[in-house]
Amino acid sequence: MNLAELDSDRLLAAFRGLLIGKGVLNEEELSRSGAAMDAASPARGGQVVARAWVDAAYRARLLDNATSAIEELGIYLTGSPPLGVLENTEAVHNIIVCTLCSCYPRMLLGYPPLWYKSAGYRSRAVRDPRGLVREEWGTVIPPEKKVRVLDSTADYRWMVLPQRPRGTEGWSEERLAGLVRETDLIGVTVLPEVL
Amino acid sequence: MSGFAPGTRVRVRDAWPELEGPAHVRTPHYVRGRTGTVLRRLGAFRNPEDLAFARPAATIPLYHVAFEQAEIWPENAPGDEFLIEIYEHWLEAA
Repeated sequence: MNLAELDSDRLLAAFRGLLIGKGVLNEEELSRSGAAMDAASPARGGQVVARAWVDAAYRARLLDNATSAIEELGIYLTGSPPLGVLENTEAVHNIIVCTLCSCYPRMLLGYPPLWYKSAGYRSRAVRDPRGLVREEWGTVIPPEKKVRVLDSTADYRWMVLPQRPRGTEGWSEERLAGLVRETDLIGVTVLPEVL
Repeated sequence: MSGFAPGTRVRVRDAWPELEGPAHVRTPHYVRGRTGTVLRRLGAFRNPEDLAFARPAATIPLYHVAFEQAEIWPENAPGDEFLIEIYEHWLEAA
């Protein structure tokens, strides 16, 4: 029998049945985990970023221990690996990759974009990071700014805290959150100045 | 193993366990044998190399280690760095 050729819904149902039948998991745990994954999205990342932009003390807590700072907002990452947040500044720009597989903060941001898992992204992000983001996303990182490529290899998951764009002074947290895109949280783009 | 303080220069072991049989290694190829600087300790986690095979797994300190990109690939911009999580048993004082 070749498992890869089986109908995937039937295979999933059989696997779930075995997990529950053998007492590895129960129905409630499975549905709680499914609901958490369904709630995860880049918008939640935007919500975290906007809070950090308007509240310096929150930003400090987020950079120190992101999992607990995110739980302050009522977003629970139970069962997820610890989350770390790296801050983009005038001096440093961060780009996240998982060269070994596809590690990504799924419990916060949801499933990664397909390109994040591609061999092309994973190899070029370390081999030519500046060229990659310039040619694929039009992101030009000034030569005087350090590029730090975070290769997510182990038991943490990582997210970028982008720089707040100029021209957003006095904006509400909700409006700020709406600016943040998935690509800003991975570090392949930067938020444009608001005119 | 006594642990590495932030700022310690460390060398990643030039080991290739995947050549000796099935292995689940979380240390990228391109930093094996390379020297970097410990940024901080991230905590301690059960060794994924054993967990992947359902073997008893020791809890091992995990560090964030920074490497100069241009020391690995000279075409990369000077000053740019890699920041990588590496388990203590892959590191030795440089």
